[in-house]
Amino acid sequence: MRRLLTTTALIVAAGPASAYTVYVSNERGNSITILDSETLEVTDTIPVGQRPRGINLSPDGRWLYILASDDNTVQVMDTETKTISHNLPSGPDPELGVLHPSSNPLYVANEDDNLVTAIDVEARTILAEIPVGIEPEGMGISPDGRYVINTSETTNMAHFIDTQTYQITSNILVDQRPRFAQYSEDGSRLYVSAEIGGTVSVIDPSVPEIIHKITFEVPGIPQEALQPVGVRVTKDGSKIYVALGPSNRVALVNGETYEVEEYFLVGQRVWQLAFTPDEKLLFTTNGISNDVSVIDVENDEVIASIPVGEQPWGVAVSPE
Amino acid sequence: MLARMTAFAALAAAFANAAAAQQPAGDIVAAAVLRVATAAPLPISRLDLPPEDLGFAGARLATEDNQTTGAFIGQEFTLTEVSVSPDGAVAALEELIGQGALFIATMADADTTLALADAAGERALILNATAMDDRLRGADCRANVLHLAPSRAMLTDALAQFLMVKRWDEWLLIEGSHPADKALADAYRASAAKFGAEIVETRVFEDTGGARRSDSGHVQVQAQIPVFTQEAPDFDVIVAADETEVFASHLPYHTWDARPVTGSAGLTPMTWHPAQEAWGGAQLQTRFERLANRPMRPEDYNVWMALRVLGEAAIRTNATDAETLRAYIEGPDFQLAGFKGQALTFRPWDNQLRQPIVLAADNVVVSFSPQDQYVHRFSPLDTLGVDGPETACDYE
Repeated sequence: MRRLLTTTALIVAAGPASAYTVYVSNERGNSITILDSETLEVTDTIPVGQRPRGINLSPDGRWLYILASDDNTVQVMDTETKTISHNLPSGPDPELGVLHPSSNPLYVANEDDNLVTAIDVEARTILAEIPVGIEPEGMGISPDGRYVINTSETTNMAHFIDTQTYQITSNILVDQRPRFAQYSEDGSRLYVSAEIGGTVSVIDPSVPEIIHKITFEVPGIPQEALQPVGVRVTKDGSKIYVALGPSNRVALVNGETYEVEEYFLVGQRVWQLAFTPDEKLLFTTNGISNDVSVIDVENDEVIASIPVGEQPWGVAVSPE
Repeated sequence: MLARMTAFAALAAAFANAAAAQQPAGDIVAAAVLRVATAAPLPISRLDLPPEDLGFAGARLATEDNQTTGAFIGQEFTLTEVSVSPDGAVAALEELIGQGALFIATMADADTTLALADAAGERALILNATAMDDRLRGADCRANVLHLAPSRAMLTDALAQFLMVKRWDEWLLIEGSHPADKALADAYRASAAKFGAEIVETRVFEDTGGARRSDSGHVQVQAQIPVFTQEAPDFDVIVAADETEVFASHLPYHTWDARPVTGSAGLTPMTWHPAQEAWGGAQLQTRFERLANRPMRPEDYNVWMALRVLGEAAIRTNATDAETLRAYIEGPDFQLAGFKGQALTFRPWDNQLRQPIVLAADNVVVSFSPQDQYVHRFSPLDTLGVDGPETACDYE
């Protein structure tokens, strides 16, 4: 109780720089769990729409965009009041989204309709619907905002969408069931995970072409359980973290050699990842064990697991 | 192995010639579904009546899926659907090959599948979508047949693993009186021996003919099944081997002892179930239901996989000629994503697709086999069905 009061006081006082707010969507719990990155405790659980999966925070941390897949909408939560402010038109079954670096628009993958929808979050209107491959899911954006990358899970491609014209400019065939696309901070590399293929393709987006495929191997774990999903890269590009699904591992990959340096044992069926802005901590969503693991990035160790709601899926962390 | 590869090379060369002769310029992959209708009696439940587009709907969805992807790289996928009686099957195959279809998914019994494979020879690849007979993967295997349908052994091993994990290892086996039922019961006997279950007694349910359904038929059933199942030694579960669907659906709730029913009724092993929504399965179900206005059946799923094999090969190789596609499909890099949480591949020793098996009861998916407790030196999927060292298949 005492700790809870302290936490509340910290939030009111805006807190020291190292205390961030972590948001976790619970796919089956139909809720958002809010964690404090310093105390590593749950501070709040907010009921939201049905089957919340991807979540994105506005760059200023004020608005949390919640893709409520089974409600066919994007809910916008005001992080100050922790209430749903309004909904955005999203097209059917939004799964994963990415925000333009300028904070608008929001691009979402409509998994059932083979579309990527661009949503003006200010005007609350749909700007464009872009036909892509079958079962679009992964969404990435180049740091300059020029290209949105969508991966389609059955077509097995990364589609490069020009954000000015909404046209697909390139299609890169990757391995089976691509789930996630992540640019490096400098825009020189694009990482695309393939869940069933078991690889992460390293793409040079300037060509674009695949220059390397990262593979994984853990003694005693069947190869088919090593299923890459979420990918996050440190700002300096030196460390790549890959969530490996039902192997219950997160891999740390060297950003230069692309060799795996370490496997962290986390909760069950780990899918999505998010750094704190200072990159000291990495949060993982473990869908089967209903918890979030916390990896200490500096010391390369798992320091905590925090029970959250039912089947945690997406994770986002407040900015500095 | 070397001999087999050479055989494939020859086959592929023959394909290439045929393709050059038949196909117009353009990147077209021509496939067909050949459904051989057999005179089956009506199912016990009217809800199980086979839809007219059984299998074809799966083929249409696969072709759409292939086409969506193919459009990004300028490939076109065509589909021909043919439904014939067994005595017209080979003639229909000849016509399809004549039209340039070099990949033919078949929905036929074992004998017809063999006849089609032998008639096709080096001219076409047969994608077996429904024949589950283990002999097609064993003594009667053919190098030009790929099996998307699981073998009976895969299905029975899948159920056996689950029952063993549950410690339900004493089975009352009830088999039907038709050859297919006997073959299924043989597979259950082999699975029991493989995984250590005990069959405490085997009973045969004789098919005495007559209509499957009649008004108020349940009155007789309620009297017959308890008598048929009484006085059995102690057992944990009933395992029903009733491929011809004569009696198994009447077992649940009518048995003498209060024991679960598995096998051909109750908890049933299958390749696909319309409630399967894990690993993105919900998307496949939704796409199928939009297209066909009905739930997806295992036959649809098997045919869908058969034609997706082509789509995958064409897009991975960026080619549409039969030679390249065959080489890729038969090669070590081929993988198919089938909404079962892992890549599906072909076993080199008998061309059987490795795949997890759904265990479902009523409207719910209960489990997937292989169960985690069963491990294998190469792939846990090879704990289902006949493994390499035991195969009776010899392509030479």
